[in-house]
Amino acid sequence: MNIAIILLILLAGSLVTYFSGNRFASKVAMLFAIAAAAFSISLLLEYQSTGATSYSIEWISKPNIAFSLKVDGLSLVMLLLNSLLLPIIMLTSISHTVKSERILYSLVLFMSFAMTGVFLSSNALVYYVFWEMSLIPIYFIVVLWGNGERAKRRRSAMTFFIYTFAGSLFMLAAIIYMYVKVGSLELHDIYNANLSHTEQIWIFLAFFLAYAIKIPVFPFHTWQASVYQKAPIMGTLLLGALMSKMGLYSVIRWQLPVTPYAAHELRSLVLILSIIGVLYGAIIALRQDNLKRFFAYASLSHVGFIAAGVYALTYDGLQGAVILILAHGFGIIGLFFSAEVIHRRLKTPLISKMGGIKSSAPKFTIAFFFMILASIAIPLTFNFVGEFTIMYGVYQVHLGYLLPLGASMFLGAFFMLRMYQYVMLGDKINRSFPDLTINETLVFVLSAVVLIFFGIYSKPIVDIISPSLQELMTYINR
Amino acid sequence: METGLILLLLIFPLAGFLINLFVGKKLGKTLPGLIATAAVTGSFVITLIYFIKIVSTGQAIHVHLFEWVSFSDFKANFELVLDQLSLIWLMFVTGIGALIHLYSIGYMKGDENIDRFFSYLNLFIFFMIILVTANNLAIMFIGWEGVGLCSYLLIGFWYKNHKFNDAAKKAFIMNRIGDLGFLTGVFTLGYIFKTIDFDSLKLAVTTTSNLEVSGLLGLGTLCLFIGAMGKSAQIPLYTWLPDAMAGPTPVSALIHAATMVTAGIFMITRLNFIFNLTPDVQLFIAIIGAVTALFAASIGIFQTDIKKVLAYSTVSQLGLMFLAIGLGAYHVAVFHVITHAFFKACLFLGSGSVIHAMGGEQDMRKMGGLRKVLPITFATFFISTLSISGIPPFAGFFSKDEIMVVAFENNIGLWVLAALASLMTAFYMFRALFLTFNKGFRGTEEQKHHLHESPFVMTLPLIILAVLATIGGLISLPFGYSWLNEYLSPILVAGVPAEHGATSHQFMLIGISVLIALIGLAIAYYQYIVKSVVPEEDDKITGFAKVAYNKYYIDEIYDTLFVKPFYVLANFFKNIVENIMNAIVFGFGYLIAALSIPLRAIQNGSIGLYLFFFVIGFCSIVAYLFFV
Repeated sequence: MNIAIILLILLAGSLVTYFSGNRFASKVAMLFAIAAAAFSISLLLEYQSTGATSYSIEWISKPNIAFSLKVDGLSLVMLLLNSLLLPIIMLTSISHTVKSERILYSLVLFMSFAMTGVFLSSNALVYYVFWEMSLIPIYFIVVLWGNGERAKRRRSAMTFFIYTFAGSLFMLAAIIYMYVKVGSLELHDIYNANLSHTEQIWIFLAFFLAYAIKIPVFPFHTWQASVYQKAPIMGTLLLGALMSKMGLYSVIRWQLPVTPYAAHELRSLVLILSIIGVLYGAIIALRQDNLKRFFAYASLSHVGFIAAGVYALTYDGLQGAVILILAHGFGIIGLFFSAEVIHRRLKTPLISKMGGIKSSAPKFTIAFFFMILASIAIPLTFNFVGEFTIMYGVYQVHLGYLLPLGASMFLGAFFMLRMYQYVMLGDKINRSFPDLTINETLVFVLSAVVLIFFGIYSKPIVDIISPSLQELMTYINR
Repeated sequence: METGLILLLLIFPLAGFLINLFVGKKLGKTLPGLIATAAVTGSFVITLIYFIKIVSTGQAIHVHLFEWVSFSDFKANFELVLDQLSLIWLMFVTGIGALIHLYSIGYMKGDENIDRFFSYLNLFIFFMIILVTANNLAIMFIGWEGVGLCSYLLIGFWYKNHKFNDAAKKAFIMNRIGDLGFLTGVFTLGYIFKTIDFDSLKLAVTTTSNLEVSGLLGLGTLCLFIGAMGKSAQIPLYTWLPDAMAGPTPVSALIHAATMVTAGIFMITRLNFIFNLTPDVQLFIAIIGAVTALFAASIGIFQTDIKKVLAYSTVSQLGLMFLAIGLGAYHVAVFHVITHAFFKACLFLGSGSVIHAMGGEQDMRKMGGLRKVLPITFATFFISTLSISGIPPFAGFFSKDEIMVVAFENNIGLWVLAALASLMTAFYMFRALFLTFNKGFRGTEEQKHHLHESPFVMTLPLIILAVLATIGGLISLPFGYSWLNEYLSPILVAGVPAEHGATSHQFMLIGISVLIALIGLAIAYYQYIVKSVVPEEDDKITGFAKVAYNKYYIDEIYDTLFVKPFYVLANFFKNIVENIMNAIVFGFGYLIAALSIPLRAIQNGSIGLYLFFFVIGFCSIVAYLFFV
């Protein structure tokens, strides 16, 4: 099957939605999102029978840049994450009318298109183009449909835009350097390039800057909380569930195998930064009164955990990281959407104004509590499988890294349960808090089913990703 | 067929949980309790079938389901095992579990969220079954964390009260600190032996004679013990258990006395063949156990809340079990786990019956004279008090005596600690008994009017447990035939020491133990019956009593040392670090802006313009690549 089709579906969806008019925009977009999801599932089935697929057309002939895409197990699960989450993300807003819906949904599809490109491309320049392209729609989504004062919103979005863009320029420089050096930007050529140790260090750092800002890794996270907070729900979900994963995926695909020497050399530095992020996010969350901001810091803590798995440079660390990338994607949807559900009803984002919701909304209570359990990685949730595996991956590096990382087991539980207590429990009588609507329930159910199913039986995922990761490990351990 | 039946063991409580969780509200007020009780009873029946089977055949049964997690070094399958150890635990988990479910039908009657209560209770049983039937450490961890979660849900069951919510949260967090230890221990064992299956570990231990690993192995067992400290409330991770009394009393009886808190003992007994290889850690366990036993008992003496007395007594008794474990006497620890499950469950349910009659009152200073109104509760509470105090021929006497013998033979210092703890135990238990049931009633008129014996669904479990607390000792008699020791011998690698017949010092020890118990009883009798002392009001307590009454201020110390710093840090991060980092990021921005004054014109914040330049720049790069 031609894997470029998925890109075409999303791009076409973006265009069709734009021209479909505000009334039908969300439905049309949903149709395309479902089509993309269906296509990626069929891709999965094909992959399981035939193995890795690639696709390449000559794009720019003279400097040997081909529009090449490749699907291996790792790309495939990222693609699945992206395309399965897209309908769920749209479902969060589909029953709410907003201004210029056709543009909003068109941008959402376009963003998904760009991110899919990132996950599939196997040429560094193609990859870079998609990488930057994904920034444009999210900028407009935050600025035009976000919440809070317009000026502040604009400022946050602008900081985010310039900051991540600036980081990416270093990556572009590294890519150009590699082209000059290697004469090709095809993935396998870059993997097999003979870069000197010094070159590797510089390239590693350039890539790190781009990724550390995007993920974000401490101390490059300062844009995150306010953008997550000010973005509309679909924007927050795209950022938290998918865009941060783009950074993590890129580390595995583009950074570690290309610069293995530097990765080992600088491992302690990046591991420590990741772990600081885990603890920093967990602690600072204690003092957040805005629920979305709270989840933004929680997310900082969780992606730090994933980054630690990646940068441990052990097979288990990588495998756990990929698992947690997927789990966190589905889980974060439930968390941010819970904040949205509450916000829609109580019209406040402040935890101090909430409380006592449990008495009036039993369905929502179960849904929200489950999402919290997943985020603190209770066994039998998918998140646990990821955290468990990462922790073993980090343990193999040194016990000294595991213990502070593992501290998030109780710190994370502490800030999450504390938040839950003040949001949901207590004897405060809340103004009528209608329980979940059908669409809202569906969002929770869909993500919960994934988290529980793979929490109990993760083997299918592991079987898909492990050959690719093993191959990558041979490059990383060169 | 076999597999199906064993899976039913899990499916019953799981189904009970799901039914009550999702449709419980529609089932009315009585059905949820009946469904949940039936579910656990179903599990008990299946347990009984396999228990009888294993007693006659001695063959463990394995059920392999599927692979759960896999690492480069080892993997963990979803695999259950029914062997001597798991079955004996299942017997009292499901047996006492069923009784407590039944009791809860009466106790929780009229609660608006009774369906939720029973669903959590069933979920707890589900996870407890996973914990004890797990065939490897990872699956055990599912149960391990799962029971902690249920404990959280049930302690904070009355969620409108933030004090209860705080207690629930505290229990969960402290357990999770232990759980980090547990996981580190799992990783260490997996790293050393390349397996975390119990059978393979046992095999690996017997076949490897590599002593180089012993340092790492010590780390592994130590970390696992830290996990046990959290779950089984040992110093320093015990402070959650007294607070856990915020939960409804049946919960305290089931989770915080009879079953969940014994998980630490279970886990170490399961891994006895590994702990035996690390004598330093064993000694550490024994010391922690003995010190906890004494420390908690000394707090128990001064408590006035009936459930708090029982809570500290549980911590103390668990300490004695760890003492036995640390001395390598796993069979003795298991024996005490069993008798303790009987008498402590009975005591808690008895206190629940009292609290039920008193309309929620838990302060013993406001009780008194309840003997006549609550005869069944009194009789069963009395029996259990005799049992826990170690007075023959009640069950507790036999198990506690064995612990004392083991301690005496191994380490006289630890024996002294344990003996002192036993003395205090006898004292505070009789103190509780006398204050609650003897002398005149000290409560309000309204409470007096309301006093009544509990309904049959509540007294029946009391009676059954009291009978067990009386005769439970028969499973392991000193000097004679010990059924339990023989039953457990396939599990314990080092074997159970053969009875070396009655020696004179053993008779002496029994004499001392009984004497100690009687002294405790006598002091309590003198104080609370003869002198009719009633503990003073909170603000009148002074001196050491005040320190002990306030639990040596350990909670306050922990709060200052471990909780407040996080808030200070959080403030520091939020107000200072974040601002500095923001300033740096913006500083860079302004710096660049300042350095590019000629380009100021385009720094107008128009994203469109930036994008335009992006495209131009991008094209020029491509062009460069083309032509150079």
